[in-house]
Amino acid sequence: MPVLTAKDFKNDQEVRWCPGCGDHAVLAAIQRTMPKVSEALNYEKERYVVVSGIGCSSRLPYYMDTYGFHSIHGRATAISTGIKVANPRLTVWQACGDGDALAIGGNHFIHAIRRNIDINVILFNNQIYGLTKGQYSPTSKLGAITKTSPYGTIEQPFNPGSLVLGSKGTFFARSLDVDLALNEEIMTAAALHDGTSVVEMLTNCVIFNDGAHKNLSDPAVRADRTIVLRHGQKMLFGKEKNKGLVLFNMGLKAVTIGEDGFTIDDILTHDAHTDNMGIHMMLAEMKGPGLPVALGVIRDVKDRTYDQRMTEQVNEVSEKSKIHTVYDLLHSGSTWEVK
Amino acid sequence: MQHKVIDTEDVVIRFAGDSGDGMQLTGSLFADMSAIYGNALSTFPDFPAEIRAPHGTVSGVSGYQVHIGSSDVNTPGDFCDMLVAMNPAALKANAKWCKRHAMILVDADAFDQAGMKKAGFVTDDPFVELGVEDRTIITAPITTMTKESLKDSGMDMKSILKCKNMFTLGIACYIFNRPLEAIYQYLEKKFSKKHPEMIAPNKKVLNDGYYYSANVQAIPNTYTIEPVKAARKGTYRNITGNQAVAWGLLAAAEKSGRPLFCGSYPITPATAILEELAIHKNLGAKTFQAEDEISAICTSIGAAFAGDLAVTTTSGPGLSLKSEALGLAVMTELPLVIVDVQRGGPSTGLPTKTEQTDLNQALYGRNGECPIPVMTAHSPANCFYAAYMACKFALEHMTPVILLSEGFLGNGSEPWLIPDLNEYPDIVPPLVSGELEPGQKFQPFERDPQTLVPRWALPGMKGWEHRKGGLEKNHQGVLSNDPLNHATMVAERAEKVARIAEDVPLLHVQGEQSGKLLVVGWGGTYGHIASAFHDLRDAGYKVSYTHFDFINPLPKNTREIFSSFEKVLVCELNCGQFADYLRSKFPEFCFEKFNKVQGQPFLVSELTEAIKQYL
Repeated sequence: MPVLTAKDFKNDQEVRWCPGCGDHAVLAAIQRTMPKVSEALNYEKERYVVVSGIGCSSRLPYYMDTYGFHSIHGRATAISTGIKVANPRLTVWQACGDGDALAIGGNHFIHAIRRNIDINVILFNNQIYGLTKGQYSPTSKLGAITKTSPYGTIEQPFNPGSLVLGSKGTFFARSLDVDLALNEEIMTAAALHDGTSVVEMLTNCVIFNDGAHKNLSDPAVRADRTIVLRHGQKMLFGKEKNKGLVLFNMGLKAVTIGEDGFTIDDILTHDAHTDNMGIHMMLAEMKGPGLPVALGVIRDVKDRTYDQRMTEQVNEVSEKSKIHTVYDLLHSGSTWEVK
Repeated sequence: MQHKVIDTEDVVIRFAGDSGDGMQLTGSLFADMSAIYGNALSTFPDFPAEIRAPHGTVSGVSGYQVHIGSSDVNTPGDFCDMLVAMNPAALKANAKWCKRHAMILVDADAFDQAGMKKAGFVTDDPFVELGVEDRTIITAPITTMTKESLKDSGMDMKSILKCKNMFTLGIACYIFNRPLEAIYQYLEKKFSKKHPEMIAPNKKVLNDGYYYSANVQAIPNTYTIEPVKAARKGTYRNITGNQAVAWGLLAAAEKSGRPLFCGSYPITPATAILEELAIHKNLGAKTFQAEDEISAICTSIGAAFAGDLAVTTTSGPGLSLKSEALGLAVMTELPLVIVDVQRGGPSTGLPTKTEQTDLNQALYGRNGECPIPVMTAHSPANCFYAAYMACKFALEHMTPVILLSEGFLGNGSEPWLIPDLNEYPDIVPPLVSGELEPGQKFQPFERDPQTLVPRWALPGMKGWEHRKGGLEKNHQGVLSNDPLNHATMVAERAEKVARIAEDVPLLHVQGEQSGKLLVVGWGGTYGHIASAFHDLRDAGYKVSYTHFDFINPLPKNTREIFSSFEKVLVCELNCGQFADYLRSKFPEFCFEKFNKVQGQPFLVSELTEAIKQYL
């Protein structure tokens, strides 16, 4: 198989996102990740299918030189599910926004996760409806001022991570649009994971919610306000990597090594593979002030996928059955002859 | 009493009881047994939406009507020759369906004061109160006899009472001279694995019912209905419409070589199709019980994109939920079969009752210019052919196709001469093959010049990468806001559907080929209208009849046929949707309407009366 490069996944279509939109960086990361996945798993280019719903980020399939399906609002997850179940050999990627996946498409989103369909969902979370020009979304912060909430929203936002874990998700990771290296790292992990992988990309909407994640992405504060989790590594953060997470009472606490008697040995080691949902939920829900926002692969556990179970069941039932053709079926059970 | 055995052409029997009394099973066993015996038959289950409505009340009555005969049987019959009423409520709900000479069998034990009160009787004599005292009434203590029959069985009382329906069935078998072997076989098959101890008691009660009838001398006459003599040779089976749809889909998958994917959400009265397909994973069918109707169609669209024969099954409210996705299937020009087993509407309406009220929804219920082929089935067994043809049209013309079934067809059953699938037409989807020339790109909406059908390239095929979606595109598959491109694509999608008419069988007129009146029907009303037509012909009336299985596009000779008649009378179970559709297509003709919207099939008698008005 010829070695693929990012160029193989780009096509000649003009990318029509606003200059400065976070989606550009995510597209680049996807195009750079796919060759790596191909190399690791020996996937030909024609096995990639990119699916989307409706919204700014859902234009992404048009910019990929792969099989693509740009569906209708909220339904990307259902379309992806059908594609993967119909042909499990395909590797299905999905681009969807916070409104698309968590509002109008919330039902499909949680059920795909519950079933553990083997798809890679890239969830672009800019906390706003961009394509309809600036209404609040299910991830907009409480009180957010938008065109449909001129006096501030009066509803609590979803944390996509809690939703994924609450649906017994097997893979959840998070990153910032601007962190290209981390994006490639977690997207590769997502693609290598068998089952529903959800990657939450915290993206900026330069027009309607500029600076949505600036409190995290600003280089001046990023190291102190975020923590990059990697399986098997200590949960350390801060510019000097001198801060870490410990279990305290019923929750997590950020401490500084060398203060209050804490040493490196007290700092938790990240276990993305543990089945224990509790610790992953606590990590996914961390936020400031006091705790850093978790980035990287928070959860990555093994379980059977829906399409594996489907294939197995079809094979198993077919082997046991005496009916192998429609002719057999039509003549099975009670029939009678007229001579 | 003088006992007579009467030879008769046909009889209609209606079994009625509480919704937990097992009347659906009793009726369908009687039907299956009669089918095996060689009778022609047609069945009509008529049951409430509640699983166990309040015991003993009229709203909780469940009925199953069977019409058996020794020659053609087209309908389940308007009125019955025998009514079996397991309680006062069942009698009250069904007495109006008894013919003048009908026999009424009741469980005398259920007609106590409490039962009569629950059913709403105000006098002591329910038969007089209902005006049926002149019918042949057989009051048998069915509950007592069942208890007596099983007193030594060691079974608890609840289980014993569940066997009442077998006692009833035994009586019916005696009255209509049915052999019991087929029921024995059913009981053995049903109970052999989990409850083998239930086989003997059920057989015993069945036999005791049979011999009780022979001994009590309460039954004046018994009847024989000879097997059909002129039946075509071959292997037969009894089949319901929903089962036939499922099997037709499986047959199309086998013939086309495309694996079957069915994404569906349970909904009455379509659920049995999903259930039936779920059994047949042995034939490679993938069934996906979706989280909602929208997911059901969207997973199917995804499966179609990936290359499966994709199907979603539903009823009216579910079709409403699928509307937006139907547009997506039209826009992406993917093959998809949508089966709508119609029920009474609007909204939740009458979930277990039959209607033809989704025609407008099927034809028009979408945003944009969004034509979809619409076709129907005209009898339970015909659902097999209809489902097969829906798949053929979808796969060969790269379009969603809506198949309108009806609750009456889905739940009803009839004997079916098993077809030879070698005689069914091939199904050849327009799949691309091989590899493109270097530098060439696949144009997903480039069309066949004859049929306007685009080709189908499946993900996983090297070099055919392309993107589809809900946005308007040009032939190359590139997004386009160009006004003239949009006009072209709208016209081409419509013309692609219109040209399916080349493959639609021509319309056939029964009776005179021209004249004063052409009676028109579509879908599941075929049996009733055909019976009315034959009755009128037998009575000397000059009348003609044609029946539409294909609604969009219409058969090519439709205009020619209409032009030979002064008037066209469209009979349908709605307020005139098909008549209005025909008017819009053929404004030059005179269309009259005969409509019924009661959640019930036509009666042959009301059709003959209506048609006579125009003769």
